[in-house]
Amino acid sequence: MTTALDIQGLRKTYHNGFTALKGIDLQVEQGDFFALLGANGAGKSTTIGIVSSLVNKTAGKVNIFGYDLDTQREQAKAQIGLVPQEFNFNMFEPVVEIVVNQGGYYGIPRQEAFVRAETLLKQLGLWEKAREQARNLSGGMKRRLMIARSLIHQPRLLILDEPTAGVDIEIRRSMWEFLRKLNAEGTTIILTTHYLEEAESLCRNIGIIDKGELIENTGMKQLLNRLDTESYVFDLASPLEHLPATSSNLCHCTLLDPTTLEVAFHKEHYSLNQVFSFLNQQSITVQSMRNKTNRLEQLFLELVEGNKA
Amino acid sequence: MNTQQKWIAYYTILIKEILRFTRIWKQTILPPVITTSLYFVIFGNLIGPQIGNMDGHRYIDFIMPGLIMMTVITNAYANVVASFYGSKFQGNIAEMLVSPTPNWIILAGFVSGGVARGMTVGVAVTVVSLFFTHLQMQHFWVMVTIVILTAVLFSLAGLINAVYAKSFDDINIIPTFVLTPLTYLGGVFYSIAMLSPLWQKVSLLNPVLYMVNGFRYGILGVSDIPLWVSYGVIMAFILMLGGYSMYLLNKGTGIRS
Ligand SMILES: Nc1ncnc2c1ncn2[C@@H]1O[C@H](COP(=O)(O)OP(=O)(O)OP(=O)(O)O)[C@@H](O)[C@H]1O
Ligand SMILES: [Mg+2]
Repeated sequence: MTTALDIQGLRKTYHNGFTALKGIDLQVEQGDFFALLGANGAGKSTTIGIVSSLVNKTAGKVNIFGYDLDTQREQAKAQIGLVPQEFNFNMFEPVVEIVVNQGGYYGIPRQEAFVRAETLLKQLGLWEKAREQARNLSGGMKRRLMIARSLIHQPRLLILDEPTAGVDIEIRRSMWEFLRKLNAEGTTIILTTHYLEEAESLCRNIGIIDKGELIENTGMKQLLNRLDTESYVFDLASPLEHLPATSSNLCHCTLLDPTTLEVAFHKEHYSLNQVFSFLNQQSITVQSMRNKTNRLEQLFLELVEGNKA
Repeated sequence: MNTQQKWIAYYTILIKEILRFTRIWKQTILPPVITTSLYFVIFGNLIGPQIGNMDGHRYIDFIMPGLIMMTVITNAYANVVASFYGSKFQGNIAEMLVSPTPNWIILAGFVSGGVARGMTVGVAVTVVSLFFTHLQMQHFWVMVTIVILTAVLFSLAGLINAVYAKSFDDINIIPTFVLTPLTYLGGVFYSIAMLSPLWQKVSLLNPVLYMVNGFRYGILGVSDIPLWVSYGVIMAFILMLGGYSMYLLNKGTGIRS
């Protein structure tokens, strides 16, 4: 299998002397849907900036589909589509021109670029706005405009830096569908996000950057399996006077309020079935239940917390 | 990128630049036309007859090439500095930086945009000048090549200014403190033969003098400077500023952190 992105020993020290990346090694395979996670200021955008030639690196090697970014920059660049974190189009240019011009910079003839732009803008629900100046779009539309722009040259690797920030739920879901389809058709996707349920639902592999270092790089399933406790919150049909006494120390109950019960248990030694039979014994009726936190969120916090020590 | 793709990238930038300044023509084309018309009225029609002849030509005929040149210079410069700085400021310069378009095409595109604006305004001003005098065009190709080369030169200067600019104020410093004095003292309004020998020598250090005189030769057939010297000075400056622009773009000064 070809490696879509191969980063080795990547370091970045900005002009002001701040070292944002302290030696990152990262591989993303062709066809992957990869989540790059990390707290604010961790170094995600810096990494993406270097890969997309917007930031000069201090040291290290970057290969994109086998093209070396230093010695084969033109070919390497042609493989990538970038959706940056900040809006960075000319606010006074009409939407369709922004997309068509971007095609021009990749050497796509204007007529062809126009046909492609129409398809993309329609898919992203922006065609009615095609002739508007970009500044007249809403925030979520501007994000979608940047997605359309990044795809005009049909890149093999799409990199999205927080594409769903400030996007409403419905549009976010439709963006997810759009990206899933793109990935299924063969585009390798790297995505950063602070919405961890987004990463969990979309991505197969995951890298976590913290203070300029890659502290985790694994499969999403493997990572989630590492979580050894599960916590659920039950909404009860009728108020409980006092906490039910559990027979097992593998399961722990807390009463948050008279009708809300929190249950935490060790995945390996206990199961939801056992929790329910226990609740049945106590004649406690559960109306609804949910995960206490997003599981990935819990892991993420543990990992980043662990890196502090 | 193959040659055809490079060509597409080049004209994409050029078209974008032309659309930009025509979209805001009230800021980019109209004002210089009005200003230059005022020069024609005041210096040409009202004061000119009192001055008499200069280098054997009516005063209005003498200043006409200089005024056109001055307009071309300021507009070529202004176009590139504003457009390039604007793309830096809004971030859309990144659209080109992430693409495989090589830096020399980016440079060529912006410079051609500056030349296009310089020529558009230059032609408009020339048309206005016809109300006050008639255009002679003694040496048509000299006139055309000098004006285009000059526009290229000042487009490059505008780009370098924009690369270094950190605020909108910075894009006005060079025009105000360098460009305007150089053009006013560059023989637009007088022949340097009028000056004392010392000031004649000082004037020869002013590159704009060579452009204005080369252009005047194209139109009137008179010049304070031998023609080949004019071409030589302009070409030397173009090579210098062009080389320096490429160095800045390759290094990413002001556009890549
Ligand atoms: N141009 C710059 N000059 C100096 N320091 C910078 C520059 N750009 C980023 N940094 C610093 O580098 C670090 C990493 O920034 P980066 O933008 O890569 O973070 P991030 O992971 O994308 O964060 P976020 O989730 O907030 O977008 C931060 O401490 C930031 O302040
Ligand atoms: Mg970021």
